[in-house]
Amino acid sequence: MNEFAVELRDVVKKFITPEGNELNAVDHVDMQIRNGEFFSMLGSSGCGKTTSLRMIAGFEWPTEGEVYIEGKLMGHTPPFQRKVNTVFQSYALFQHMSVYQNVAFGLEMEGAHRDEIKKRVMRALEMVQLTGMENRRPKQLSGGQQQRVALARALVKTPDVLLLDEPLGALDLKLRKEMQLELKALQQQLGITFIYVTHDQEEALTMSDRIAVMSRGKVMQMGTPVEIYERPRNRFVAEFIGESNFLEGQIKSLSANEASVFIPALNAEVTGTPASEGLVNGEQVFVSIRPEKIHLTEHSERLNTFEGEIASTVYIGSNTHVVVHIGDVRLKVWEQNRISRLEPSSFYTNGQKVDLMLMPENTLVLKKD
Amino acid sequence: MNPHRRSLFILVATVLVYTFLYAPIVGLILYSFNSSRTNVTFEGFIPSFSGRVVMEGSLVKSSPCGPFHWYCDLAKNADVLEAAGNTLTIAFIATIVSTIIGTMAALALQRYEFKIKPFTQLSLYIPIVIPEIVMGIGILTLFSQFFGWFNGLLGLTGDARLSMGIVTVTISHIAFMVPFVTLVVQARLQGFDKAYEEAAMDLGANEWITFRRVTFPMILPGVLSGALLAFTLSLDDFVITFFTNGPGSTTLPIYVYGLLRRIITPQVNALSTVWILIVFLVVLLLQWLQSREAKPQH
Repeated sequence: MNEFAVELRDVVKKFITPEGNELNAVDHVDMQIRNGEFFSMLGSSGCGKTTSLRMIAGFEWPTEGEVYIEGKLMGHTPPFQRKVNTVFQSYALFQHMSVYQNVAFGLEMEGAHRDEIKKRVMRALEMVQLTGMENRRPKQLSGGQQQRVALARALVKTPDVLLLDEPLGALDLKLRKEMQLELKALQQQLGITFIYVTHDQEEALTMSDRIAVMSRGKVMQMGTPVEIYERPRNRFVAEFIGESNFLEGQIKSLSANEASVFIPALNAEVTGTPASEGLVNGEQVFVSIRPEKIHLTEHSERLNTFEGEIASTVYIGSNTHVVVHIGDVRLKVWEQNRISRLEPSSFYTNGQKVDLMLMPENTLVLKKD
Repeated sequence: MNPHRRSLFILVATVLVYTFLYAPIVGLILYSFNSSRTNVTFEGFIPSFSGRVVMEGSLVKSSPCGPFHWYCDLAKNADVLEAAGNTLTIAFIATIVSTIIGTMAALALQRYEFKIKPFTQLSLYIPIVIPEIVMGIGILTLFSQFFGWFNGLLGLTGDARLSMGIVTVTISHIAFMVPFVTLVVQARLQGFDKAYEEAAMDLGANEWITFRRVTFPMILPGVLSGALLAFTLSLDDFVITFFTNGPGSTTLPIYVYGLLRRIITPQVNALSTVWILIVFLVVLLLQWLQSREAKPQH
């Protein structure tokens, strides 16, 4: 077996907009998706994630570059000759067929024997817990059940790669969370490569082995959920995944593990960790720090500590969201409510002076573009 | 306007609309049972059954079919049967051909982008909006020019010559029916999600199997509505048929028109009644199909 289930090599997909302009929906994308991996493409609408998926499925052909599946060059291979199957966002269940006929369709196309088809369809329906529903029409099923039929219909073909285009988008939050865990369990049990398209960062972080964060047709960063969240390589990723505070400044000194950045707004130097590639001394940069990683203390003498003033506090249950002003700089700080008490915000009052501690390992130095 | 006057207005409007829409039809059906042969005034139903037709002046006193005398008379009329046969033959063939062409056109317009697409779409409306008589004359001119040229070229004479007949009528019907079918099928395709076809191909079906197993069954109600609309249009077309028919290709509308120019016996009414019933059934079927189509998909 090839090391990579799917490979995109320098893939470009151009579309002509209705105004007649050329648009790179996918802009020089390289991706290697390993066998057995749960891989997510994450981004807001129009970032090129669905177009990339459709090029793997064979519904679109790249304008430039190549798609490989299991090491084989795809070129203009039509969808029905690719060993990948898709779960569509709209499910696209055949309305004029029963659940059984929907799931059996793909096996019929392979020319499988009737008994064989029956055995495999029943097993697939059992896998998605739809036993007993085989004679229903898609219309007679709930959204969650339709989603399972779509899943069974694709999985019954035992594809090398399963492509999922926002498959949980139409479900309500509770069902979505359940299905996330179920999908992940199914993927681990079957060992099939899943390529999952979503705009929901939490969904991507929960389920994926690796994530490609995309924007405007480009891959902004590819990595494990931990890498993406803890070491975003640029401001886009730091902002798109979770929340971050950004401070503008200039690098004053730089080593492999540490950078000292002068922040004019604070009129002070902050020590942080270089996170972008190719940083150079003297460069204008952003310093990024996540709200939950800022420590508020009554008083501290440690490195990267600044005196600020509480501007507002909002209690949201598990956390308290605090806004702190240091001069003109506004920082979001999330404090976990670790102790149960009835007046949670009484610890901080507006106008109170506090010390903010920005630990160097939490303070990331990012390139400015 | 107070509510009382408004309800009066609605009442009057309703009565007027129904009077002008249906009174002629009711009258026409009633007169098909007229005992008067001249059919100028209604002289009452034919009162009794008897072994043979008994006439008294222009009044039919009794008949083997009783009140249905004119229907039996009609069934014995070879010209009517021939005209009915022609009408149905033309309608069936023209419906099948125009449905196939119209459906393919609708699919092509839905699916592909091409330079002359706006023109193609516009050209669909032309046969619908231009007066039928203009189209009739146009088709007549086309055929007679072509036949003249072709017969001259091959030196055909007598019966061997190409001339107007059932074939020209059928071709003309196909020509004006295609746009109707296309527009009806296009309306159905508007809500058709491309993902269904992609799903079929994703599961291993090639283009043809995708069409046969997925696309066609899903658009079938639209195709059937288009076909039935085309069928009724062909059944009662007069103008275009008038210009393109020839010996032996008389259709029912042309035949009725011919009868009207001579004498109107209740036979015409009987014929019209049967015809109305047939068209009514087709329209009912059409309505039923469309109501099924309109039901929510989810």
